This record gives sequence, structure tokens and C-alpha cells, in this order.
Amino acid sequence: MTYATLNDANQAVIAELRKARPRLVDVKPAGSCIPFLAEGMSLLHAGPPIAWEDMTGPMKGAVLGACLFEGWAGTAKEAETLASGGKIRFAPCHDNSAVGPMGGITSAHMPVLVVKNAEHGNVAYCNLNEGIGKVMRFGAFEGEVQTRLAWMRDVLGPVMSEALSHLEDGLDLTAMMAQAVTMGDEFHQRNIAASALLLRALAAEIVGCGGDDAKRREVLAFLGRTDQFFLNIAMAYCKCVMDAGAKVGEGSIVTAMTRNGKDFGIRVSGLGDRWFTAPVNTPVGLFFTGYSQDDANPDIGDSAITETLGIGGAAMIAAPGVTRFLGAGGFNDALEISEEMREIYIETNSSFQIPTWDFQGACLGLDIRRVVETGITPVINTGIAHRKPGIGQVGAGTVRPPLACFEQALEALAAARSRSA
Amino acid sequence: MMLHALLLKGNFQDSVTLMVLSRDLSGLSTVNRVSVMMGTPANKDVYRETGMWHDALAEATPNDLCIVVDSDTTDPAIAETIAGEIKTRLAELAVGKRKAGYSTARSWRRARQLLPDANMVLISVAGQYAPALARQALEDGCHAMIFSDNVPVEDERALKTLAGERGLLVMGPDCGTAIIDRVPLAFANRIPAGPIAVVGASGTGIQELTSQIAWLGGGITHALGLGGRDLSETIGGASAAPALALVAADPRSRVVAFVSKQPAAAVKDKVMAILQGLGKPVVALFLGDRPTRRVVGNVHLARSLDEAASIAVDLAAIDVQASQLPDVSGTAICGLYTGGTLASEASFLLGEVLDLTDQATHTEGRMFDAAGHRIIDLGDDIYTRGRPHPMIDPFARGEMIRDLAADTSIGVLLLDVVLGFGSHSDPAGEVVKAVQDLRATRGEAAPVVVIATVTGTNEDPQDRASQTAMLEAAGIEIAGSVRAAVLLAARAVKGQTAQAAGGVTPAGLLAQAPAVINIGLTGFAQDLKAAGAKVVHLEWTPVAEGADKFRQLAASLQ
Repeated sequence: MTYATLNDANQAVIAELRKARPRLVDVKPAGSCIPFLAEGMSLLHAGPPIAWEDMTGPMKGAVLGACLFEGWAGTAKEAETLASGGKIRFAPCHDNSAVGPMGGITSAHMPVLVVKNAEHGNVAYCNLNEGIGKVMRFGAFEGEVQTRLAWMRDVLGPVMSEALSHLEDGLDLTAMMAQAVTMGDEFHQRNIAASALLLRALAAEIVGCGGDDAKRREVLAFLGRTDQFFLNIAMAYCKCVMDAGAKVGEGSIVTAMTRNGKDFGIRVSGLGDRWFTAPVNTPVGLFFTGYSQDDANPDIGDSAITETLGIGGAAMIAAPGVTRFLGAGGFNDALEISEEMREIYIETNSSFQIPTWDFQGACLGLDIRRVVETGITPVINTGIAHRKPGIGQVGAGTVRPPLACFEQALEALAAARSRSA
Repeated sequence: MMLHALLLKGNFQDSVTLMVLSRDLSGLSTVNRVSVMMGTPANKDVYRETGMWHDALAEATPNDLCIVVDSDTTDPAIAETIAGEIKTRLAELAVGKRKAGYSTARSWRRARQLLPDANMVLISVAGQYAPALARQALEDGCHAMIFSDNVPVEDERALKTLAGERGLLVMGPDCGTAIIDRVPLAFANRIPAGPIAVVGASGTGIQELTSQIAWLGGGITHALGLGGRDLSETIGGASAAPALALVAADPRSRVVAFVSKQPAAAVKDKVMAILQGLGKPVVALFLGDRPTRRVVGNVHLARSLDEAASIAVDLAAIDVQASQLPDVSGTAICGLYTGGTLASEASFLLGEVLDLTDQATHTEGRMFDAAGHRIIDLGDDIYTRGRPHPMIDPFARGEMIRDLAADTSIGVLLLDVVLGFGSHSDPAGEVVKAVQDLRATRGEAAPVVVIATVTGTNEDPQDRASQTAMLEAAGIEIAGSVRAAVLLAARAVKGQTAQAAGGVTPAGLLAQAPAVINIGLTGFAQDLKAAGAKVVHLEWTPVAEGADKFRQLAASLQ
């Protein structure tokens, strides 16, 4: 062990988290930068490892959508046969330097954001946000979903790539997010400010791209109306930062939190790539007209990477605008949630100063010891998928991880430390 | 009658809140009675004993809120209805709490982070949980006030031992009252600031004593509680000693008032020894005691709370007066009284205060004579033979005052000035002339402190107010009573040299208003906030079953 105490190790992890400087440098087809996707019929999914049989509706729907998109199947039925016949290789996004919201299903020809850490050199990927309504990440897979996926592959991806190539070294995401947090984003449920700042930063470059005018106009219109476009960028940003922290290889800081619809999984800085899993909870929140809690799919998606860094639910107080939507009653409830989170995150992040929190930095460094000691689990802001494939998002709310993940990790950490002591 | 029950799992609330809820909900027309408690083994027994037991309670843990409804209806939905009502009312309470404006923490660590200069924890959780919380606070350098009762005596002893090692104070368990620098901890009254420090092992005793002090126009620095058991044989005044050391070292506390119920004999002796070594005037009340000696050195023994308050206020006034007196070289007290009963009272009290036995022969009006001190009744026959009574003709006393110039052993002169019909038209004027002559002859090398009592009213022909003013203008101390005069005289010749009390003095506690971490009743946090104190409320719930293993593991991984 390099560090005498867990506290020292954790401070070393915190130091790396603080040093990380992720930049959005490119948008590329996933298969061109994620080796796992380059071969055969391969898909990335959200959460810890999961087999087709165990996937819930939204993820299964997205798998079908990806099969149709890649041309591996002509119909949903054919796609289902492929998947249930074990013809498709699955791997967690997290094991491939990637993250994906909700189902997290990512295939070779889908464009991904390339976020590079200027300090540590590591790279993280995330697919592009499709907007709202019938979308693949929530399990919808036919018709407009396919049309949009094709457009993102053929237009949005290449245009963004070209636009970014005009910049010296991509976009400094820390600076952009620091600004957005003062504008009311917490980067999980609310990204409208950051999305607008991104469009502002790229607009001129997009206009300066080649190709026909109509396509550039489509891209600008899409970025202009997609409130949550930045969510996927924020996720790649968080993944990039947390992976840099994980390299320390010691300590009790959570480096990943994610859900596959069946299990919630966490990784811890001192325990490498090991997953500690327990059955997920089901989010509670507000539902679109016509839907209710009974329609809610259990917790799913890699987006809890935002809470892993200490934004999202932990920074609820930064986004008073969405607190009611998230089931939090109002400003005071949001304040209470963020104050509660300070019990389990050991530091604050001076990069993200929150005006509504008296300019306290966002939480930083989720310590499994604090979670177990206090019994307080992180609050995760989340969209809610319909439990059946093909329907999509039905609401939004909050959810907490099962405490058991943290307890198991703690036991493993104690065992690891007594072995090496 | 039909019993319905429901559990709200993992919903810990403090017992006072639940008692209020039980009372309020029992008033609903749809029910006969509602009982809401946490599912502790003790509470389950209560349900059995009160005929409110329901089998649904069997699986309840101490973290589960149990609702039992006694209603005439057979519809089990009534329990749901009541549960809904409880949730609503708890939510209203939570809103009220947020509006209170103090910060809330869920762990000790976070509470310290929010209030880095916290030096006091106020604990009012159920007794079984209090010791661990108090220990945590002590180990982190905070003094502890434990309001909770039902704390095992072994825990109390262990906590007080730990506090002693750390130089900290534990007030309680079962300590209802404390006031530190005007900050109320738990049950307390708004008492004006003043020089009296109160220390006691009796909650309402302290409240009544401090209220009486306020009524009498006095005020306090602090009131420290010890807990009802502190003066027992087992605990042996483990908190009394450091609490008294604290007030002894506190420069603002000039007078100490101590109150307790009847302590164990050995402990009482120990406390008395400490009180006598405080180097400050003390009034002590051991309720139920019938002291035969009322003054033991600097300690005045009272028999009732109001008497203790009155003595404390007198001692405080005397202390102020005494602090302004010049140092005298003569150490004897001489009283020259024109009133016989006044002389008699002065004699009796002087003997008591100085613990001297009167050696007077009681000839020539000598009412008291011991160790150089003397009290003379100038109304004695020997002085009135062939002369008018000294109240009518002050000449003889004037001469005796002047004669004291030669007797430099006398440092303090006690006098009475009796007004009213029949008396001299200006007795104060005559006293002033004689005292001025005495001082002139003595010179600055041998100052004399002159203390007078005035008998009479403002409606008397001589007018008490102007007579008093005349005496004061001449540098004569006015005492409100013969007792006050004697006490002031004793102070003037003895001084009060401060002595350090034994044991470790808990550092810093009384130097400024405490910064408090409140655990338990939210009302106490609200009171602290309202009083302008720094407070953080620690929202505490017992550890769920099975979770303790992991919690300990987390704590052990450093």
C-alpha cells in the first residue's frame, strides 16, 4: 500500500479528481474507438454485467433497436431471436471507458462523444442524447427512433466532429459546467443551461462546416431544442474524472455507481474493477399524464455516474427549477437533500460552486464508510422508463441505491486491507 | 372496543413527539384511544400492560413506529386513516423545523463540520441511547449535558470518569436545567445577568432559586446542573467538583449558590469542603437539612429555596460594596449601637459569621466581646444614668467614636442611626461629625470602614432619604440590615482570598456562550436558536438491527 491510512488514500483520490480536466474533443462512431464494438454483433449496456434474460423492458427494447439499426435483423422478432439465441455479445459500458444513459445500449455505428482528460490522458465515451419522446435509451425501437438514430449517425455525428475539429483542443468542459451550475443545472435532471452554452460555443463552428445548409440547420435546431443534450456530455465528463481517480487504486471512494434494471453496482477506488451489486430500487417521482408508479421500470442507467462525482442528486440545491419535478417539495427540500449528502461525500468541489448553496462547492468524494456509518445512501435524480419495451420515458424522480452494495464493498475493503497489512 | 394496528417501518421519532401525537389523535371522534410509540421492548411491554397489545406489534423493531388504534369500528382501514394523519402531522413538524433556521446534521462528524467551535452537546434521546452519544461528544472534546433519564448508574460513573480525565464537565444524566452565559439548556428561565453562579443537583430547585434571585432584583452568571444522582454515594459528586472548580475560576461569578436534595453524608462533607475552599461567598442549600450552624466560614447554609436566593442576593450586593472598601489595617470590629436590640442582633450575627463565642461580661453595655471584636449597647443603664438616651442625645456616642482614634486595632465601626418621633432631629449629622473627626485624627495610615444601618422611613421627621444621603456623602457605608452590616464588616476585616479548588478545571466552558450540538428534542434547538446561541441539531436515529456490525466496521477502517 502506498498510503498509510485510508484517509490519506482518499485524499490522494480527491487530488486526482480535482486535477482532472476533461475536454470534449470529438464525436466518432463507437466502433472506431471502442475495440469491443469493432468485432461481431457486440453491444454495450448500462450497469454491471447482465444477460439478455435478465434485462428489463427498456434495455431489451434498446437491444432490439440496436439490432435493427446495425442491420443485424430486419424485424423486432428477428432481433429478439438473435438476442435470445446468444448471438450478441454484451459488455458493460463501464468496462469499455464508456457510459450510457438508461439502457445504455451502444453499437458500433452509433456516434459517441470523445472526452479526453487533458491532465491524465484517459478518454471516456458516451452516446449522443436523442431528445425526449420515443427514444431508444428508454426502450423504444421502431419508426421515428430508427430515423433519428440514422440521422445522428449520418448528420449530427459528422457535423459535430467537424465543428469540434475547428477548435484548438476541443471544449473545456469544466469551465462550461462551472458556468452552467451557476445557471441552475445539476447535470442529471437539468442540463438546459449547459446545453445552451454548448450550442453557443459550437454554433459558429457548425455554420462553418461543409456540406449542405439544410443539414447544418437541422443540427443547430436539434441542439437548440434538446434540453438534455448535455447530460451525455456530463456523463462522459464524470466517467473521465472518476476513471482518473480510480487509478490511485486505494481508498474507500466510490468510482462508479450504475444500474442495469436488475442490479445496482458500485466500484470503489481501493477495490479495482470489482462490482458490488444488490437488487435495484424503483424510482419514485412524477409521471406524465396517463402513467403511474405501477408503470415504472426498476432503476436503470449509467447516469448515476453524475452522482458518483457529486453532482446530479447530490447537487439538487443547484437546480431549484426541477426540484418539484423530482418529488422534492421545494427549495427547502432540495437544500435538505444536498445538506444530507454532505454527510457522505468527504469534500467539496471548488470547480462547481453553487450560488444557491452560499457558493459551497458541489459534493466530492463519496466515501463508502460514511454511507455505512450514517445509513445515508446517495440520492440519484433519474428519468423513469416504462417497464415495457417500446414505450419510453413516463416520468422522472429520485431513487437511492441499496445499502447492501456499500456494505459488501466495505467488507471487501476490510478484507483487502487486512491481507495487505 | 376493537384494536387495530399498523407499523411504519424505519420511521424513528422522539418519544415526546409521539406522546403529543397520541394525545391529540385520541381526541378524534372516530376513535376511543390512539397509542403511538417506537417498537422498543419496553414500549411493547407498555402496550401489553395497558391492554393495547396487538399481534402486529410482535415484529416491530425499535426503528418502527407502532400505531395502535382502539375504536368501535371493526373496519381495519381506521389504522390506515390514523397513519395518514400521523404522516401529515409529522410532515408539518418537519416544515416547522426547517423554518426554525438552525442547521441539521445526521452524523456527529457533520455536526462538528457545521459547528466547528461546538463545545457542548445537549442530549435528550431515550436513556438507553444517551451514554454512547455522550461518550462520543466527550471523546471529541465537548462538555455534555444529558437531559435524558433512565441512564444506568454505571454508565453515569464511566462518563464522569472519562470527563474528569479529559477536563470536561458532564451535567446529568437527568439534568433538567442549565444556563451558561444566558444561554438556556433544556428547561431554563430568562434570568437577568448578575454575579451569582448557581450549581445544583436539582432541576426545578435551580429554576426556582434562579427565579427567586431574579424576583429579588439579582442576577446570575451561570447555572450548572449536575444531575439528580451526582451527590449519591455511587457517583460521589463527580460533577459537583469540576462544576464548582469552574465557577471558582470564573471571574464574573462573585457569589456561588449551591442547591441539592439531601446528599449522601460523605458526599456532603466533600462538597462542603470544596465550598469552603472556593474563596468566594457561598450559600448552600441541602434540602431537608436542618443546619444548626448557619454560617461555616464563607458558606451560608439556607433551609429553603427562597432563603437561599435572598442570601445569595445579599451576598452579591455585599460583594459589590466590599470590593470598593479600602484595605484596613485594624482587624477588629467595633459596634456602637444606640438601639439595644440592634446591638443584640449584631452581636449574635457577628458571633455566627466569625464563628466566635461571646466572652462579654455584659457589663457596661458590652453585648459582645471576642477576639478583639466588640459590640456595645449605648442604651445600657450605665450610659443613660443622668443623661438622656443616646437616641435623643448623640453626644456620648460621638465622643466614643472620636476615642477610637487611639485604638488602631479597630478597622471597622458598626453604627445604627435611629430616626422617628422622639429621636434627635439630625442623628446622621452628629455621626458624620464624629466620624470625620475620627478619620482626621487617624490619618491615612489607619483608615477605618464605617458601616451604618438606618432605622426609619422617608416620612419620618428626619427623612430617611436625606439622612442616608448625608451618611453616604461622608463615606459611610449604608447596609440594608444589621445582617448585611455584619457580613460587610466581616468581609472588610477578613477579605476573601481566592483559593484554587482541587481537581482538573474544565477549560473554557464559562468564558463565553456555549456552541451547542443538540441531539434529541428539536424544541431545545429552537430555544437555543431563539436565545441567539450557536446550535446545530443532530437528527439521530438508533442503528437498525444488523447494521451495527457494518457501522463498527466502517469506524474501524481508518
